Amino acid sequence: MSGISDAELRDMTQEERVNALGMTTEQLTGKSLYIEFDPDAQERFTYPWAPDVDFNKRTEFDAGDLTNTEVNARIRDLMAEGYGTIVLQNPRGKHSLAVGILSRLNLIIEGSTGYFGVGLIDGPNVRINGRVGWSCAENMMSGTVVVEKNAGSTFGAAIRGGDLVCRGSVGSRTGIDMKGGTIIVGGDTGALSGFMMQRGRMVVCGNAGKNLGDSMYDGTIYVGGEIRSLGVDAVTAYLTKLDKDWLTRKLTQYGLMPGRGVDHFTKIVAGKQLWNYDNLEPNEKKLIL
Amino acid sequence: MAGTQYRGSDIKDVDQFIKDAAGLESEREKEIGQHIGYRYDVNLVPDHDRLTPFLRNYMEFMGWDDLNWLEDVHMGYEEGKPAVFDRNVNGWVRIPDSIDLPDNQQDRDMIARELLLKFQMSDRHPLVTLRKAYTKF
Repeated sequence: MSGISDAELRDMTQEERVNALGMTTEQLTGKSLYIEFDPDAQERFTYPWAPDVDFNKRTEFDAGDLTNTEVNARIRDLMAEGYGTIVLQNPRGKHSLAVGILSRLNLIIEGSTGYFGVGLIDGPNVRINGRVGWSCAENMMSGTVVVEKNAGSTFGAAIRGGDLVCRGSVGSRTGIDMKGGTIIVGGDTGALSGFMMQRGRMVVCGNAGKNLGDSMYDGTIYVGGEIRSLGVDAVTAYLTKLDKDWLTRKLTQYGLMPGRGVDHFTKIVAGKQLWNYDNLEPNEKKLIL
Repeated sequence: MAGTQYRGSDIKDVDQFIKDAAGLESEREKEIGQHIGYRYDVNLVPDHDRLTPFLRNYMEFMGWDDLNWLEDVHMGYEEGKPAVFDRNVNGWVRIPDSIDLPDNQQDRDMIARELLLKFQMSDRHPLVTLRKAYTKF
């Protein structure tokens, strides 16, 4: 790999690049990485390919007459020019806005977005001064997203990291299949929130709909209001001092700390009754037959 | 049989999976020859009093008030060795023997976060090669 320059790679077809870098010669199944950390690794905070942006360099543009693809390309171009704070005017409810941002950035969206907004992001701090449609911040990796009004269903679907905050209420299936990160809802959340949750934390300051945490594998849900019903294998747990400290810090950070504190929150975790493993099945089938 | 009760074992000791690499404690785990569940507490929220200076600098650089995605990073254990799961390569990255492990999980998690962050941002991370192979010039 080290013998091939970027210029040589640029002149190759993708298939030639893949072969030249040895990507197709490695065994892909049953592979253990056996990589070890370098304790003397250089201290850096961005990916090698991330644009060098300055939070103090600010610009804004009007998205009203642009397609969503053009808006996303514009954001990338501005980041390449070093802009670290971008204000997006007139989003007009377009879908898939500001997706795939893999660097630090302050992004302010002045209005509402459609579905799958700010999906697949890894690092930026986004404020949306409006409402959002379905699946906001789907597959988010890191960063912060704050929605000032309400959000649609599947808010934070499959989120893996970062803080996703809705100051208003959200629809059903909030945090479905979430694998990490924190979802905070200032108001209420709909039915089947936390469905198939695998890890991460969800905080609902208001009420939660039916079947909360249904089939959750792991992770934690904190609810400040009423819970209509718990889903299969979701159980209440003891709220520890560490939980209370974490809740206090997180809710204070986003201006959502209830006046009466956090002691009234109910903590929900997986009962682990549904944990199953493939190699259990042959024995179970023998018992049944 | 599954779906009637939890059949795994509990984590009782910070060194449990270093002393017992297989992690087979409960009857069910011994029966199936496989540890059930994670080998660390995925729900352990970080104690901010234990942040390292490097992590504080990273938070400030990114414009975050807390650890953000690193809240989900913990020190785990692979084949009896301390390791950290890197979601970007979908595999475990091992802690070198030269690093002394603290006697509690909170401080170990802070070390794990620092090492993983440096690794992910370095030129030796597998994503760098992957990007070279598949990027659109």
